[in-house]
Amino acid sequence: MRTTGRGTRAARSRWRPAMTAVAAFVLLVVVWELVKLVVPDDGVSIAGTRVLPRTSDAAMPHVWTVLGRLSDPEVAGAAQQRSIGAAVLSGALFTLRLSLGGLLLGGVLGVLLAVVMQRSGLLERALLPYVVASQTVPLIAIAPLVAGWGGKIAVFGQPWQPWASVMVIAAYLAFFPIAVGMLRGLTSPRTADVELFGALACGWWTTLVRLRLPASVPYLIPSARLAAAAAVIGAIVAEISTGTRGGIGRLIIEYAQAATGDPARVYTAILGAAVLGLVAAWAVGLLDLALRRYQGVAR
Amino acid sequence: MNAVELTGVGKTFDTGARGPVHALSGIELRVEPGEFVSLIGPSGCGKSTLLRVVADLEQPSCGSVVVGGKSARQARLDQDYGIAFQQAGLLEWRTVVANVELPLHVHGVAKAERRARAAELLALVGLAEFAALRPSQLSGGMQQRVAIARSLATRPKLLLMDEPFGALDEMTRERMQAELLRIADETGAAVLFVTHSIPEAVVLSDRVVVMSPRPGRITDVIDGRRPRSGSGPAGRGVDGALPDSALPDSALPDSALPDSVLADEDVDGVRESAEFFAAVTEVREALRKGSA
Amino acid sequence: MTRPTVATAVAGPRRRPSLDRVWPPVAFGILALVLWELVVTFSGVPAFLLPAPSAIAAQVVAAFPTILATAAVTGGNALVGLVVGFVMGVGLALLAARSRIVSELATPLVSAAAAVPIVALAPVFTTMFGSTTEVPRRLVVSVVVVVPVFVSTARGLAQVTPVHHDLMTALAATPGQFARFVRLPGAVPYIMTGLRLAAPASVIAAIVAEYFGGLQNGLGSRITSAAANTAYARAWAFVVASIILGLLFYLAGLLAERIVTRTPTRREP
Repeated sequence: MRTTGRGTRAARSRWRPAMTAVAAFVLLVVVWELVKLVVPDDGVSIAGTRVLPRTSDAAMPHVWTVLGRLSDPEVAGAAQQRSIGAAVLSGALFTLRLSLGGLLLGGVLGVLLAVVMQRSGLLERALLPYVVASQTVPLIAIAPLVAGWGGKIAVFGQPWQPWASVMVIAAYLAFFPIAVGMLRGLTSPRTADVELFGALACGWWTTLVRLRLPASVPYLIPSARLAAAAAVIGAIVAEISTGTRGGIGRLIIEYAQAATGDPARVYTAILGAAVLGLVAAWAVGLLDLALRRYQGVAR
Repeated sequence: MNAVELTGVGKTFDTGARGPVHALSGIELRVEPGEFVSLIGPSGCGKSTLLRVVADLEQPSCGSVVVGGKSARQARLDQDYGIAFQQAGLLEWRTVVANVELPLHVHGVAKAERRARAAELLALVGLAEFAALRPSQLSGGMQQRVAIARSLATRPKLLLMDEPFGALDEMTRERMQAELLRIADETGAAVLFVTHSIPEAVVLSDRVVVMSPRPGRITDVIDGRRPRSGSGPAGRGVDGALPDSALPDSALPDSALPDSVLADEDVDGVRESAEFFAAVTEVREALRKGSA
Repeated sequence: MTRPTVATAVAGPRRRPSLDRVWPPVAFGILALVLWELVVTFSGVPAFLLPAPSAIAAQVVAAFPTILATAAVTGGNALVGLVVGFVMGVGLALLAARSRIVSELATPLVSAAAAVPIVALAPVFTTMFGSTTEVPRRLVVSVVVVVPVFVSTARGLAQVTPVHHDLMTALAATPGQFARFVRLPGAVPYIMTGLRLAAPASVIAAIVAEYFGGLQNGLGSRITSAAANTAYARAWAFVVASIILGLLFYLAGLLAERIVTRTPTRREP
């Protein structure tokens, strides 16, 4: 782009991504309403299989109905008035806390395992196949099983709380991407750099802190992104299968069961889940920003 | 008609915040048909930019660029030149022979014809038996030979080469230089060759064009020591490299020795001659003067 | 010329399987199983916390026909969703590579989709398409699959080295020829990487989607219902089946990737 008038062009290019992002979501809304307008109420079926969705208000409410529902009271006529929006928000915050807690817990454990594997070649060879395989198998399948722990066991005299099950599952899912990404990062410095540290008579610890950890940042960030998304999904699914109250996952199920009466509600809950995922990704973005100066280290 | 004719060529890059950079300024250069011209100079002297201007990969800011009597753009569209870069730039998903065919494939030459031409070219660079392999199965030097064969596919009268041997080890490099000289000899193509190696420029070229940076301009032109087929070192007035018995009794002119092939010994002879070292010194001093 | 070895992005450097690399994981696996069995048997870990491997194995044998049938349902959903999502992801990335506006519109949507729990759409799809068909679950899988396939394909299409760009310009190639000779073939390894990443994700999505309601004939709902009936060993048996199904998809994806992008060994003259 070697052209004159750089100032205006630079300003425009800074705003362009934000504007196209808004345009993309507006387009999504338009497509939604268009489908609703064009496709018949009962959808389109080919050979008994519905290939286009039902578009009645019960299945696809108008976008404005969904947004309007946010300010409606959650329980009609109840003494204590709480809007659906507030319910969704509090549910999303509850789940966000559990997801981030799980991300932190899983992240710390993942980094520790990576350091241990980097230290010991034997352990790396023994464990890595399982860690890699675990990323590809549906670990989330165990969620309903961890749910069984609720109220049945005690840790340090404290009864096991259902929310702890949720956090354990979120941590479990966040753990593996971090361990794998971190191991790759820790082993990323070139041999020449490692040998330089050796020649400077630096011990394993100094090499870890001064060379390996900074070098692993560019690997940590993408795996933290994966881990954050996994922790959110883990927390939501865990809430559903443990029946933990107060979170957005439970809200989705509750509102979905009430969908026949009020179809727009479930969409508000899903909207909340989407915002939750974006906030978790944004939190990783902050980490990315904080560690920016290490980003150029890896080759 | 000259192979390349540059008149008053300048090139300015607008880098934004740091202001304009004058990559080239007042370049006057003529390359005659069949002539081998090297561009040499320190990093940032614009030698690669100059080659890219000739190839129509960059547009000059001023001056005129005439390639084989046409505009640079027309010459590119007509495929009047072949080009090779520092990286071989082979396409991994094509076999070696298919990589050589690429320029013909792009221009819709029938399959049988382009395969025959590619086989011919692979034989020329000594890689006929590797035709069916993938580029990654070849060594760096072999890949570069494939790239040179590819640049010859359209039988161009002009070869543009941007440090094609820059990434090779010294021994491979010398072998490749001898091979390039033989190819230039056999095809009669003019060559514009960018390098930062003084011995390479001297042994390959009819003329060595010395450039200096900021702004990139030509500071000197020095005669190289390019050996020609059949002439032997003595044919170009270079002696002492070979024993007298190796020379023909009657010193025939170049053209009187038909079908003779430039031998590696001829090139090695040049490399060991006093004239070669004299020219190397001359280029080195010109470079030092230019950068002072 | 070295191309990025995307094939080894997750699996780590490819090495020949030597005994030295095989025995530690095998030994670890056996050791872990034995330890698990002993701890559960002798320390009286309650079944709801962790059933013994032998109990799980017994359940796998006992419920084998059911496990096979449910795994087939879930696997079928995952496969259909994977194929549909793969085609959509590659298609969208091709469109985005051709047109700047498509790229600018699709990129924020896809990056948002990567952060959002897509499986939460399952109940909505169930309302839209009906709870008696497989369509909702397959649709969830497709949407989940589109994300990695799009991202990976788009990256591959954008991945043109400057030297190839110069070469094709010097050859006076048209944009169409540029796509056919350089851009598309160069993207193939990346497309296959997208498929490898998406394959196990499709199984996970197919299982998780079942937790949100709809038809109750797959592995996910069997795990939930067995756990709800306190048949923990049986639930774990279905978990084992899920893991095997996930591994099968992963290995199939890996195999497809290796076949398409295999690089011949270097041969010196």
